[in-house]
Amino acid sequence: MDLSFCQVFFDAQTCLQGARPETWVTVFSSTLRLATPLLLACLAGLISERAGVFDIGLEGKMLLAAFIAAAISFVTGNVWIGVVAAIGASLVLAMLHGVASITFRGNQLISGVALNFLAAGITVVVAQNWFRQGGRTPSLSGDARMARLDLPFAEALRDVPLLGPIYSGVLSGHALMVYLAFACVPLTWYLLFRTRFGLRLRAVGENPAAVDTAGVSVTALRFGAVAICGVLCGLAGAYLATGLSAGFVRDMTAGRGFIALAAMIFAKWRPYPAMGAVLLFAFMEAAANTFQSLQVFGVAIPVQAMQALPYILTVVILAGFVGKAIPPRAGGQAYVKEH
Amino acid sequence: MSAGRKLPEWADITLVPLVSVALAFVLSAGLIWAIGESPWAAIKFMVEGAFGSSYGWGYTLYYATNFIFTGLAVAVAFQARLFNIGGEGQALVAGLGVALVCLYIPWPHWSLALLGASLGAALFGALWALIPGYLQAKRGSHIVITTIMFNFIAASLLGYVLVNILRPAGMMDPASPRFPAETVLPRMHEILSPLGITVSTVPPLNISLLIALAMCVAVWFLLWRTRLGFEIRAFGESEPAAQYAGISPVRITVIVMLISGGLAGLMAVNSVMGEQQRLVLNAVEGAGFIGIAVALMGRNHPFGVVLAALLFGFLYQGGAELALWTSIPRDLIIVIQALVILFTGALDNMVRMPLTRLFAWRGAR
Repeated sequence: MDLSFCQVFFDAQTCLQGARPETWVTVFSSTLRLATPLLLACLAGLISERAGVFDIGLEGKMLLAAFIAAAISFVTGNVWIGVVAAIGASLVLAMLHGVASITFRGNQLISGVALNFLAAGITVVVAQNWFRQGGRTPSLSGDARMARLDLPFAEALRDVPLLGPIYSGVLSGHALMVYLAFACVPLTWYLLFRTRFGLRLRAVGENPAAVDTAGVSVTALRFGAVAICGVLCGLAGAYLATGLSAGFVRDMTAGRGFIALAAMIFAKWRPYPAMGAVLLFAFMEAAANTFQSLQVFGVAIPVQAMQALPYILTVVILAGFVGKAIPPRAGGQAYVKEH
Repeated sequence: MSAGRKLPEWADITLVPLVSVALAFVLSAGLIWAIGESPWAAIKFMVEGAFGSSYGWGYTLYYATNFIFTGLAVAVAFQARLFNIGGEGQALVAGLGVALVCLYIPWPHWSLALLGASLGAALFGALWALIPGYLQAKRGSHIVITTIMFNFIAASLLGYVLVNILRPAGMMDPASPRFPAETVLPRMHEILSPLGITVSTVPPLNISLLIALAMCVAVWFLLWRTRLGFEIRAFGESEPAAQYAGISPVRITVIVMLISGGLAGLMAVNSVMGEQQRLVLNAVEGAGFIGIAVALMGRNHPFGVVLAALLFGFLYQGGAELALWTSIPRDLIIVIQALVILFTGALDNMVRMPLTRLFAWRGAR
């Protein structure tokens, strides 16, 4: 929030309409990177909510994962150990959410709120204790960060018109996690709509009693979904701290968990539209970062309007003015087995 | 589960929250111990910092005033089983209301300015809660999600207004100009000095505390002594039953959200008018979210809200002192806040089940 204000004041004023092709390559390439944590968190929330467990704690899981990834990567000098630790940390929060909302049938929303605060507080307290840098980790470099990969032939194709900028400029040169995140989209779709586990998972989000009658454990299925959600949030946070940035800073998720939630609702709990929504939101962020004053059809759009747009769109879609978003029917309700 | 057995009411009201808070504190002490500090010394610093001087308790009560407003806001909504997580945004927008009232109306005296600013704050806060309330009632959009989204929209809106409209020309800081001198609220040292009590002049504790306490009485009266209050509670107990009794869900939802938003908004009178004397970007500083913890701990009762707000006021002031004298950052308070929300809100059954069993065992003997 505060940072973007500084940018408004200090950056040179550029115009959207006069932007050069190289600028667009930067914007689209940046869109893919910014979309990665959003996409992973969005799919995480999607799987959890499809199983009937609301999760507004995506933000907290990402934040804790980001801190653990940065801290462990710094200490070990190996980013992949950091990633594994981040997944573990995120899983701990996910399991806490599961225990609160599945085992003790507590309020899932309140549990999510609590876990967000828990992560916000504990990351700073522990970071200050470990590194004494005011709640941040030292900057990461070398093997402690996710390396950027060049796609095959990216160098050779660089000068080909149209294809060059798209392939070598936009698609190539990202961390492995970026490609992994986008690969998770078809994987999630396949898992949810083409496997037995997915069928049951969706059923447990719509009508848990029916699943229970069929002799399948509602509790186990929901815990499974919550665990997958934890793993994906762990990856999202790890990428945020070791791929997108080079280290952890206080509250570095900055509402991304909620944008992911917004994208999930916007996409009506479906994987491919989720990717579209995430790309749209990430593009708006990338554009807002690159162009300081946006001119669309001669009207200046304030940067704050761009920041608020994902949230406004989500409210509009939730209100059902443009195609109603209906959550899984048993979402948010604990399942009480009959005796 | 011991079917039919329930905890005695007194235990439900006192023991369950007390045990939950005790658990939260034990875990926080564990965290302090784990980072190599002494929990005992930490508590001593906090108690001394929050209550040891008029400076300390002045700040404690100032924070508590904020939390009474936001706690009441969440509690009223909870009574109708609505989770208003948007107190933060409602208070932000209400800060704008306070600023407009203070800057653009020439007030002759602070008392009239206080009245005007309170109305402005309540109105802006209520309007910001109206849209999510209306959408929940009429279109079925989940109020938790819309109020979260409205928090972010409020932050962007405020940023735009401060940078582009209210910021005086030539200033870098995204903030409004200072309010005129006539709108300065009397602070505690000014109120107490005619009584012959001299206290520290530093804390921003001001007359808004009395408004907060009056609001507690008003909310109690509304909920338990009026027809509307009965309808609100009936709606919260069972929506179908309330509907069968002729209570309109749309009407109750909208009215409750207006009241809730208005209460959250009143917080801006204390912070924006009482303390900062101008509108800044982060005027609310998370107080809207602390309202959730306060309401949960206070069992959604105005009296409980006052007690819980005092506890959090203590934590905030004590936490600031702790950060000053030790290497424990102030964010420790956020951990405690999170644990209180977790135990009193989400893990309620974990505390309640063993207690219920204990009472059943004692009853059987």
